[in-house]
Amino acid sequence: MTQTRRQIFEARQRRRASTIAAASTAGVLLALIVLIPMAPGWEAVKRSFFNPEVFARTFPGLLEAFLLDVAIFAWCAPLIAALGLLVALLRDLRSPALYPLRLAAVVYTDIFRGLPVILVIYLIGFGIPGLGLPRPWNSPYLWGSLALILVYAAYVAEVIRSGIESVHDSQRAAALSLGLSQSDTMRYVILPQALRRVVPANMNLFIALQKDVALLSFIGPVEIFRQAGVYKSLLANFTPYVGAALIFLAITIPATRYADHLMNRERRRRT
Amino acid sequence: MSLLRLEQVQKAFGGNAVIRGVDLEIGAGEMVCLIGASGSGKSTLLRLMNLLEPVDDGRIWLEGVDISEPGLDPQPIRQRIGIVFQQYNLFPHMTAVENVLLAPRRVRGQSREQARPSAEALFSRFGLADRMEHYPDQLSGGQQQRVAIIRALAMQPQIMLFDEITSALDPELVGEVLDVLRSLRDEGMTMVLATHEMAFAREVADRVCFLDGGRIVEMGPPEQVLGHPREARTRAFLSRVL
Ligand SMILES: Nc1ncnc2c1ncn2[C@@H]1O[C@H](COP(=O)(O)OP(=O)(O)OP(=O)(O)O)[C@@H](O)[C@H]1O
Ligand SMILES: [Mg+2]
Repeated sequence: MTQTRRQIFEARQRRRASTIAAASTAGVLLALIVLIPMAPGWEAVKRSFFNPEVFARTFPGLLEAFLLDVAIFAWCAPLIAALGLLVALLRDLRSPALYPLRLAAVVYTDIFRGLPVILVIYLIGFGIPGLGLPRPWNSPYLWGSLALILVYAAYVAEVIRSGIESVHDSQRAAALSLGLSQSDTMRYVILPQALRRVVPANMNLFIALQKDVALLSFIGPVEIFRQAGVYKSLLANFTPYVGAALIFLAITIPATRYADHLMNRERRRRT
Repeated sequence: MSLLRLEQVQKAFGGNAVIRGVDLEIGAGEMVCLIGASGSGKSTLLRLMNLLEPVDDGRIWLEGVDISEPGLDPQPIRQRIGIVFQQYNLFPHMTAVENVLLAPRRVRGQSREQARPSAEALFSRFGLADRMEHYPDQLSGGQQQRVAIIRALAMQPQIMLFDEITSALDPELVGEVLDVLRSLRDEGMTMVLATHEMAFAREVADRVCFLDGGRIVEMGPPEQVLGHPREARTRAFLSRVL
């Protein structure tokens, strides 16, 4: 296939741009490689953060501890989705008899979006077991997970509500004009469209959740962050933290890229 | 007795009086066209008729029953009065046939199998038998609008309201939608139609109402209102649009 003049021109422009980008990246990397080792503390940092032997020894243990993060995530995520949806729907209630529920939903989202996650984890994770409950009700897993669920469901509820509001009113009018009830209109017409639109935003929330699971280490569970701390004390070396960081990134970077991809696709579809 | 009767109907939006006392009687099998400038209140009047907007004052009677009573459950009334909008308003996450089956299933409680044959019959009747499983964004504007009409007809309404249903269409697609209206008229459907298609109104309407400033200024057979208008405002409007 022969190329048009514009295609030839654009191809040349693209080649030029990638050459420049490659050259400048190489320059920056070279400078870092040359300059960083010249810092006075470099040898010490290398020994305590990038120690290959420590890395090899601790990485399998870190991976195993990460399974606990995954497990906590796995049981929190569906509960967050369910509670978030429920709260979003409660905030949409119009009937005066149900006003207390609506008010409760508003207060709930305001409180839990207004607090640092770690504070909620401390208050619930230490506070409730402090009541002296019998096993298994004193488990930090239980109450730590509850803290994460409460915080993240508040965010998910807000995201879903914004999705509900983004569905044009003419859709509601069309459904009502057919004789559908308010609740059927929500369930079969508004909500399916709203949820589809907020998939990317919710994915970003769940990526943040995956990272915040590490905060539970402050109240007990030996998940990856705490395990890295144990290794650090044991071996007097920070390399396990670098290992933990790599494990998190291996999950979160692909997930973030995928969420961005979905977000872009959604934006293209709507314009 | 008329099927639908409006008596001194009024509607305001936040102090802006949009419908200021409309009297209108629509007999069974009649086709009434509403004409008037943009903002004259045609859409609002149609939305009042099927209770998508509550009436402020005045009354609307459907077969002798006051349906404008404040606090009345609008749901059963809306099932008897279908409406089709300018922008089709199909549900984009459902196929054409799912759009049509939604109300029979959820409102009438019919199963998919029960509701499907009559839906299929409507799709074939309006030349869309091969488009049933398509999503709205895979259909042309004219096809989407015909699906919207089928969706309203599937509830077997006693009256159909049409709000400028060809205004958003490319000119070459207008004909196929107007054909649907002709076919419904031949079948004896009671219809109220807000339209800018004067030639079409002249051809099919039993009566034409000219709306201006929220009031019916002139009403009568199309030859009179469109051909020999009595009111100066009607003449001025027609000279602008014809
Ligand atoms: N929901 C609403 N809230 C506030 N004002 C409204 C609302 N709906 C309609 N109006 C106003 O009522 C007036 C009449 O609007 P309407 O849509 O009924 O006119 P129309 O005759 O259908 O015009 P068009 O030919 O442009 O469709 C307009 O001034 C409009 O701004
Ligand atoms: Mg209008």
